[in-house]
Amino acid sequence: MDPRKLRLGLLVSAGAILVAFLFPLAPLAKPLLSHPIWQAAAGAGVLFVLAAWMADDRAAAVGIGGVILLGTTSLVLLHDPEIAGSARIGFWLIVIAAWLAAATCVINLAAQRPIRTERRKLLNLLVPLLFGATVFYLWEVGVRGFGVPPVLLPSPSAAAVRFAASLPTLREDFVQTFIRGVLVGYAIGCGAGLLVAILAHRFAFLGRGLLPLGNFFSALPLVGIAPIMVMWFGFDWPSKAAVVALVTFFPMLVNALAGLSASGHIERDLMRSYAATYPQSLSRLYLPAALPFIFNALKINATLALIGAIVAEFFGTPTQGIGFRISTEAGRMAIDMVWAEIALAALAGMAFYGLVTLAERATTFWHPSYRT
Amino acid sequence: MTSSSLALPVRTTATSVRHPLAERYAPLATTILALIAIWYVAALAMNWTLVRDGFEREETPYAVTDVLSGTMSAERPLLPAPHQVVAAFLDGVFGYPPMAPRSLVYHSLVTLSATLLGFVLGALFGILLALTIVHSRVLERSLLPWIICSQMVPVLALAPIFIVVLGALGLHGLLPKSIISAYLCFFPVAIGMVKGFTSPDPLQIELMRTWSATPRQMLWKLRWPAAIPYLFTSLKVAITISLVGAIVAELPTGAEAGIGARLLAGSYYGQTVQLWAALVASAVLSSGLIGLVGLVERGVARRMGAH
Repeated sequence: MDPRKLRLGLLVSAGAILVAFLFPLAPLAKPLLSHPIWQAAAGAGVLFVLAAWMADDRAAAVGIGGVILLGTTSLVLLHDPEIAGSARIGFWLIVIAAWLAAATCVINLAAQRPIRTERRKLLNLLVPLLFGATVFYLWEVGVRGFGVPPVLLPSPSAAAVRFAASLPTLREDFVQTFIRGVLVGYAIGCGAGLLVAILAHRFAFLGRGLLPLGNFFSALPLVGIAPIMVMWFGFDWPSKAAVVALVTFFPMLVNALAGLSASGHIERDLMRSYAATYPQSLSRLYLPAALPFIFNALKINATLALIGAIVAEFFGTPTQGIGFRISTEAGRMAIDMVWAEIALAALAGMAFYGLVTLAERATTFWHPSYRT
Repeated sequence: MTSSSLALPVRTTATSVRHPLAERYAPLATTILALIAIWYVAALAMNWTLVRDGFEREETPYAVTDVLSGTMSAERPLLPAPHQVVAAFLDGVFGYPPMAPRSLVYHSLVTLSATLLGFVLGALFGILLALTIVHSRVLERSLLPWIICSQMVPVLALAPIFIVVLGALGLHGLLPKSIISAYLCFFPVAIGMVKGFTSPDPLQIELMRTWSATPRQMLWKLRWPAAIPYLFTSLKVAITISLVGAIVAELPTGAEAGIGARLLAGSYYGQTVQLWAALVASAVLSSGLIGLVGLVERGVARRMGAH
């Protein structure tokens, strides 16, 4: 990154902090100088100037130190009841300074290309994390500084407090929706899809009949089947598992069928010249060659499964489950609980996706896309 | 040399030469017929006890054939027979004036409008996002992981909140539904277009650079044309997802009209045949929309000089 731009961004941030000392934080609040926290703000400004003076690859680290100091300052200031909800230009200048410095540092970090691989990996993790932290910080400060009513949008901290306070409920919902509904249905749907794909690959006539049908069905809004499954399997988790199984079946069928035919002519001829039986070639050639495709389907299905289970819960549940809790708490205007449930679902989904990706790394390390 | 070229010519002449149409459609027709047969048998098996209990409750004498015909025409079957579903679907489409609240055409149009609006919003947003990501390394490294994470958030869970928030802002009806379907369908477009915009060869990019092309010229003369196939592939995925979003968004909002509302009403009142007819309507809608995107794709390909 151009060191002049880095310098400019950091110096403007430091200047904004300086100006913030002159303006009122809120109509009724004392000026920043009489708050004991003013030293932290000043320290952040000093750090920004220091980073601007360095203006090299280490500058971002110093700058981020300043951003953290300044962000904490603004959050502490928000605890003052006179500032929360009626913040004025002095406060927003501090927030803008924090945001500008964070953006400058993130841009600087993203432009770096370290030679050592572990450093590059660390940076690849750090940059999106810092970006996300900035977004959450702006959300928190915006909601509390402007005094947005919690019915419209709760602050992330309120949702986090709610999350921590209602762990037992969340655990029940997680077990009901995720462990019972999603995982069971996912295993059944993906397993059945793979089995049928193998059958369709073994018997070409079946394959030519099933492939167009599979393509057609995987393009249908299959979650609409949820009310029928609730009618057949009752309110409890089997109906959710059935929806998930149905939704995940067709993507797996189509992808696995494409993967099983992905092995080359030469490999197949080799298997034939070894007089390999079909099960032998299946386990030694066709399935390993299909693994990238199968994992692609597993990843697609990871998101589809969670959506399917939650939609099925809109059609009737016993009194637990993520989808059930979201719709009832939204009806009672307890939006912080809704966001806590969404955070739970997002965390579960990300962990699920991450596990599938790890399994993919472990089993398809030979694939060109991982060898680079 | 492959196994097919090694095969003896005698074997190929020995099998009778079949018509290419039969070769192509015979497996498909067989599979569909088998599925319909399975459906009939399943309808028979699942409705059997239901119909028999009905006869026994009324204490009328019945024969096996009565139960048999009863399973095929039960009013609230567990699984309606295919001909019942087709009849209900045709009745819903043609039996009422198109704007009557019982007409499937009316409900399909309501869902279709939300789908199309959401699709256009989502596709535009996805393309815009892909453009900014392709042109900025910072965004690629900081924003892309979060876009992928955003897909892990079960969006349908957000539907009730969207309704509450947008309702408080004075927005009702079409827009909340469209926003949900736009949120669902922007992702495949964004990912596909990032792939498409970066698909030109390094050689082609170097060539553009030797001509001292500006980034804008590079975009319009190289990146866009190269991204067109990716665009249509992702649009086909996006439009079905958008339909799913519109249907599901109608569930928690308590909408009175639309395919999702029809599904909800069918499940509340146990009107299974109506439920299946609504499902068929959604299937017809989704395949029609994909066909439409395919038509546009073919037209664009012809304009761009494909044969």
